[in-house]
Amino acid sequence: MPKITYIDHDGTERTVEAKNGESVMEAAIKNSIPGIDADCGGACACATCHVYVDNAFMDKVGEQQEMEKSMLDFAENVQENSRLSCQITVSDELDGLRVTTPESQH
Amino acid sequence: MDLSDASQIVLIGGGQAAAQAVQSLRMGGYTGKLVLVGDEPALPYQRPPLSKAYMKGEFAEERLFFKPAAWYEDNGVELILSTRATKIDRAAQIVELEHGAMLNYDALILCTGSRPRPLPAKGSDLENVFDLRGLADVDRIQPNMVSGRRLVIIGAGYIGLEAAAVARQMGLEVTVLEMAERVLARVTSPTMSAFYEKEHRSQGATILTGARLDHLEGEGGKVSAAVLADGTKLPADIVLVGIGILPNIELAKDAGLTIDNGIATDRDARTSDPRIFAAGDCASRPLIHYGHAGRLESVHNAIEQGKLAAAAILGKPRPPEDCPWFWSDQYDLKLQIAGLNQGHDEIVVRGNPDDRKFAVFYLRNGTLIAVDAVNSPPEFLASKKLIMTGAKIAPDMLKDTSISMKDIAAAAATA
Repeated sequence: MPKITYIDHDGTERTVEAKNGESVMEAAIKNSIPGIDADCGGACACATCHVYVDNAFMDKVGEQQEMEKSMLDFAENVQENSRLSCQITVSDELDGLRVTTPESQH
Repeated sequence: MDLSDASQIVLIGGGQAAAQAVQSLRMGGYTGKLVLVGDEPALPYQRPPLSKAYMKGEFAEERLFFKPAAWYEDNGVELILSTRATKIDRAAQIVELEHGAMLNYDALILCTGSRPRPLPAKGSDLENVFDLRGLADVDRIQPNMVSGRRLVIIGAGYIGLEAAAVARQMGLEVTVLEMAERVLARVTSPTMSAFYEKEHRSQGATILTGARLDHLEGEGGKVSAAVLADGTKLPADIVLVGIGILPNIELAKDAGLTIDNGIATDRDARTSDPRIFAAGDCASRPLIHYGHAGRLESVHNAIEQGKLAAAAILGKPRPPEDCPWFWSDQYDLKLQIAGLNQGHDEIVVRGNPDDRKFAVFYLRNGTLIAVDAVNSPPEFLASKKLIMTGAKIAPDMLKDTSISMKDIAAAAATA
């Protein structure tokens, strides 16, 4: 099972085992990772699962769809490597993925 | 009342609000006993996918669950499932369960949710007539979602229309009956109603508005047709009923708690009994951005009240009370709604509905109070913030798609 490491804004790391096919958001919620709210449960409707993807994985996490792009456009503190974690699907290729959560999702 | 030294907290209900409250209590440092009593057999799960991806068979059941079973064990949450709470004895601080068990509580959170409004028509008890509320409902419906079958949906609210979209995508013949003169009449403007009617028709669904059901007809115990008041007979293999919900307030009412459409709560989700809280569909709360109380049937509301209740019990600062919001997925249309549009005196449309990407803004005295945004996240997200500030916004600006929502928000902030 691919391992994903979530780093919160003050640097605490938490590594979880994710399942292929679930989203990076779901793996976080099921493991009570703080810093990801995901109010809509993964419908790309709320922009509260914002993460910064480690640059080494940027080409592996897939392309952003239009909806995600425009949702992120209104999130706080958006960077080049910002993604909505509900839109990243876990696969073997993402084993070792590191994402950082922002200080606030609102 | 300070409840932070509670040794046992009981939650009644296993939906979004209860799942949130449990999570917030544990994450907030509560170390006492936590017991969640739910009347469904499944682990607490999210409902929105039921009328969307799950119904379509594109979403595995385990993905519905907020947490895996192990989480509850690891976090010392006792789950009592398939069990109804039958009585609250407030003086003794005891919840009685069916089969006779009793649970003491120092704090109690009522997350009893709501139930489908029953169809007041003959034939509603026939086989293949379904409500769409719980996992068990959808598991019963799904084997019938077969291409070519005739589905009649009673009620053109969000649930009915989402189910219609799923059914059309699965190849069923779909007819939606709506008593009002337009779909979504209770919740949105004529512009939005017209848009969704047109969309569903172009996707091949039949939408009948102003249509009053008289009764359902059956053959061999199974539903075979829906008969309208004007005598029209619509053959049906399956009937889905989506005519609204009723809050589950009886337990609270019998215990003498104040009821105001839902179980009345204050801003901390506290009911008229300081040890008892209510959250989600069953609760009525002060809507601080609107100056009145109301009961909201939404995920956002359930999450927020779950957090409010947990914070109040733990004696923590009150979490933010955000602008109410909601979403609905139909076909490839994402509708995002912020705010409550009741009482608007002006409607502004931004963009063209024919582009399947537009927003309808609702204003009162020049202030934005709500938006319905179709495939338009910037309009939704900007409005969510603008509604809370109560800023005045020039309708001409909102209408002008050459001005970005960011610029509109910035202009409103400095106005």
